[in-house]
Amino acid sequence: MKKMMFMLLAVAMLMLPAMVSHAGSLRNYITIVGSSTVYPFATVVAEKFGKTTEFKTPLIEATGSGGGLKLFAAGIGVKYSDITNASRRIKRSEFEKCRKNGVQEVIEIKIGYDGIVIANAKSAPRFKLSRRDLFLALAQEIPNPDGSPTVIANPYKTWQEVNQNLPATKIRVLGPPPTSGTRDAFVELAMAGGAKSFLWLKALKKKNKHKFKAIAHTIREDGAYVEAGENDNLIVQKLQADPESLGIFGFSFLDQNSDRVQGSLVDGIEPTFENIADGKYPVSRPLFFYVKKAHVAIIPGIKGYLKEFTSEKAFGEEGYLSDRGLIPMPQAEREHYRKVAAELKPILTPADF
Amino acid sequence: MNENSIDNLCSVTDTVRNGLARRYRAEKRFRWFGVCAIFLSLLFLVILFGDILSKGLPAFSQTRIKLSIFFDPDLLPADNLESADYNALVKSSCRKLFPEVKGRRSKRALYKLVSEGAAYELRKKVLQNHNLIGTTRDFWLIADDELDMLMKGKILRDSTGRYNQQQLGWIEKLEHDGRLRRQFNFTFFSSGDSRDPELAGILGALSGTILTLALTLLLSFPIGIGAAIYLEEFLKKGRFSDFLEVNINNLAAVPSIIFGLLGLGVFINFFGLPRSAPLVGGLVLALMTLPTIIISSRAAIKAVPPSIREAALGLGASPVQVVFHHVLPLAMPGMLTGTIIGMARALGETAPLLMVGMVAFIVDIPKSFNAAATVLPVQIYLWADSPERAFSERTSAAIIVLLIFLILMNASAVFLRRKFEKRW
Repeated sequence: MKKMMFMLLAVAMLMLPAMVSHAGSLRNYITIVGSSTVYPFATVVAEKFGKTTEFKTPLIEATGSGGGLKLFAAGIGVKYSDITNASRRIKRSEFEKCRKNGVQEVIEIKIGYDGIVIANAKSAPRFKLSRRDLFLALAQEIPNPDGSPTVIANPYKTWQEVNQNLPATKIRVLGPPPTSGTRDAFVELAMAGGAKSFLWLKALKKKNKHKFKAIAHTIREDGAYVEAGENDNLIVQKLQADPESLGIFGFSFLDQNSDRVQGSLVDGIEPTFENIADGKYPVSRPLFFYVKKAHVAIIPGIKGYLKEFTSEKAFGEEGYLSDRGLIPMPQAEREHYRKVAAELKPILTPADF
Repeated sequence: MNENSIDNLCSVTDTVRNGLARRYRAEKRFRWFGVCAIFLSLLFLVILFGDILSKGLPAFSQTRIKLSIFFDPDLLPADNLESADYNALVKSSCRKLFPEVKGRRSKRALYKLVSEGAAYELRKKVLQNHNLIGTTRDFWLIADDELDMLMKGKILRDSTGRYNQQQLGWIEKLEHDGRLRRQFNFTFFSSGDSRDPELAGILGALSGTILTLALTLLLSFPIGIGAAIYLEEFLKKGRFSDFLEVNINNLAAVPSIIFGLLGLGVFINFFGLPRSAPLVGGLVLALMTLPTIIISSRAAIKAVPPSIREAALGLGASPVQVVFHHVLPLAMPGMLTGTIIGMARALGETAPLLMVGMVAFIVDIPKSFNAAATVLPVQIYLWADSPERAFSERTSAAIIVLLIFLILMNASAVFLRRKFEKRW
């Protein structure tokens, strides 16, 4: 017993330094971090890339756009990630941080669009919403109905109170929590878009951006908006169980569950593949990834991965990413980014912000 | 005075007698509550298992399509068998089956019935056996995940689903010709993660779990028991030991994510260990399990009767001999229980692993402590979050595998405990 114990201890202690020495060796696979919205697309590309080339399959972590950019900006070298996915554009502050930590050359590649849908169960009638309805139904404070430029706490309990043409069901929307990029995009595109339909709010945006944001970007907390976690599958299941509620999630989940849920019309436009690709559907956002140019020479396979991602069979009109729900960019834009990926330029400069 | 006391006695017996029925009732009620509690917890357990099993068991079988593949020598040049276009073989076989299909769109829809994994299967077969080239053979190839869902009744057979009328027609014909069947899903146990549900497997996460937990056990078990023995048997009780005790108890209650942050700061950023590796995961989980093991081991040592120690000392054993020959074997069952509780907790953790990069998409199966790896609960989380419908049954299947793993761990603990108990 005693001997065994000491042996175990000795083995455990000996193993540590042996492994530490390994860590300095070169990494022979790409590491990617970032957005959980881009994750389902990037992983498909990575898997194809790993299976069809001599390179190893890239490792992809879903850290969220903000978390990914933070890891990405930490520095240059095999310790740090090579690529970060983002469901929004890099911010100036994040770019500055990259430069401060030695990440001088960053290449931006846009991969396509993602639509954010407001859906309900197929057993219920389809909603026809406007962005103004969404704002009035979900904002913490709404413009005073008497028309004066003041706000009141949101009094609406049913959709009919918001808009006479909507059903008299209770307002109950299941959506992602504030940490989610989907929520950021929803707030920015749908709610702020709706808020701007009030002229005095539109004027306020020019005068006092913070005050506008406080009104247009704050979601009510009285139970009408239910934070349902980051798991979009869960929202789809909850919608089925409760046909009276609406849910907010990415287009790919609507696409995969088209037999269970239906997307509401927003401003008269149905969230279909074509409508999002055309830019008609108002609640959609571009998706990106960012590459460290300095790593292309160190880590094997980065160029190949970029080529695979920007190939027509991947992010093209009928590529395998569109099967997964990614909305492709127009032809000219695709060609532009294919060229960016091939030539690794232009690099981002402060002038881009 | 005398009468008074008799009266008193009577009144006491009366009170007792009067209260007796009430006390019996209370007794009965309490037992009934106990039965209810057990029944309720069993009910919840049955509901949980029933739900997981009913959702997860279908994932252990998989739909396959019988296709007669012509290994066209023109498509398989002898010098380039590695990267030949095996997909083309599948496609031409599909076309032969439905010669009436014309037009790019319809053809694409037809090819979608077969998984992309079929091409990899054919590639493997050809590389193993070059004689196949030039022949025509029948193979049961993996079907697409949505066809699988349709066959399992998870997607309705009408045009509201993911298939259009034309595709449903093909599927009906395939079924009629006996070209569709469900068979055991070997892929699930033999491959790593994939974004195609029909190709996704649990092996990568399983071996990641084994590597991580092995390291956790290797580190936390000896260190934890060593610490417990020293604290309990050798350290003088005083302010310092109180201080240690408070801190260990505190650590046992610290949320696991904090250990993850510590791992990120110390092991990855300071020592420069690789991200996403079982090495760091194991270290973090070992730190997390240590307090649990120390506390339960100390309790087990405390429970060894002092007479054993005194007898051994009295017969001339040294303090170290007393501990290792007498106290430790007696305390071992309790220590093992504590270790298993700690390991079971480590097995279910995702939060600390998030910080050290083990929540990731990893296709290759990890073979060393340095390789990128993920663990079972992380795999479950990642699959639960995937949009493809077929992943939901794989999520439940992975939960079943996790539960089996847990049962094996606990059973081995019970077995070891029995074994050690026999000595005394």
